[in-house]
Amino acid sequence: MKITGKLLIGIMVLIALSPLGLILPDHFKAGSAWGEWGADEMQKLVGYIPQGLEKMSSIWSAPIPDYAFKGWEEKGLLELSAAYIISAVLGIAIAVIFTFLIGKLLIKKR
Amino acid sequence: MHIPDGYLGPATCGFFYVVMMPIWTMASKIVKKTLNAKQVPLLAIGAAFSFVIMMFNVPIPGGTTGHAVGGVLIAILLGPWAACIAITVALVVQALLFGDGGITAIGANCFNMAFVLPFTGYFLYKVISYNSAVDSNRRVIAAGIAAYIALNIAAGLTGFEFGIQPIFHKMASGEALYCPYGLNVALPAMLSEHLLVFGWVEAIVTALVVKYLQKQDLNLLKEGRA
Repeated sequence: MKITGKLLIGIMVLIALSPLGLILPDHFKAGSAWGEWGADEMQKLVGYIPQGLEKMSSIWSAPIPDYAFKGWEEKGLLELSAAYIISAVLGIAIAVIFTFLIGKLLIKKR
Repeated sequence: MHIPDGYLGPATCGFFYVVMMPIWTMASKIVKKTLNAKQVPLLAIGAAFSFVIMMFNVPIPGGTTGHAVGGVLIAILLGPWAACIAITVALVVQALLFGDGGITAIGANCFNMAFVLPFTGYFLYKVISYNSAVDSNRRVIAAGIAAYIALNIAAGLTGFEFGIQPIFHKMASGEALYCPYGLNVALPAMLSEHLLVFGWVEAIVTALVVKYLQKQDLNLLKEGRA
């Protein structure tokens, strides 16, 4: 098999394992990444929500926030893991298409 | 390391967009010259790899989470300019579709993870592996060290960008407008967690894949490919 095929299989394995990035932090009671807190966490940490932060943080509403479907916040780890895998597949598909378009655009103009 | 919307003031956000414009332009020009059609699938795999590896949040028990970027590996395989494009694609999709990293912070996040990280990693790898055989262990070690240092430099830079916000943006009441933590908190916080944990993840992943490629396809590690 060609090396790109092997690497592709590697990516697929990583996608299948990606919920570990959700389950392990949950298991070890780890919170958000540093500097990536939501408004509630910010309130707890510093006692207030910085005004500029509050305004700017709602500037963009992502269709699949934090790799989970809207309204699934209360779902269990199993559903969230499924959403995580679907997000990975979707995100990677778009990134791959995007990269091929860039490649096409750049090479055609040569 | 994905700075969300609202943590950096408008001036910082604008500044990094302006800085990234010529870098992105340069990257397209250089990749246009050096990339051949056969390497486009590899570039796409690079973007996919960076995307998925950033989803592996590694916990510090009871503390924060962090992740590798995979950017040094892409730079080793395709060169730093191609890596810049691949990681930018991953970061833009993450920001727009999944709200991972702010859209106002795309410039800053790309500067840290798609520019500084692959370039420092690439040059460290070049220096440490200088004159070594493509299948030598020195290449594997060079890849690991380069990845560790590059991720930490990117993390330190992110901490710096967070930390300068209270200097520029404070209300009369003393409350911060954007990131409330100054350099004295943000810099050590970002650096220590990456030095202790996440840097090792980037190092191990990068070294292992280089080791694997030495066995599978030496051509990918050879010079003059991109």
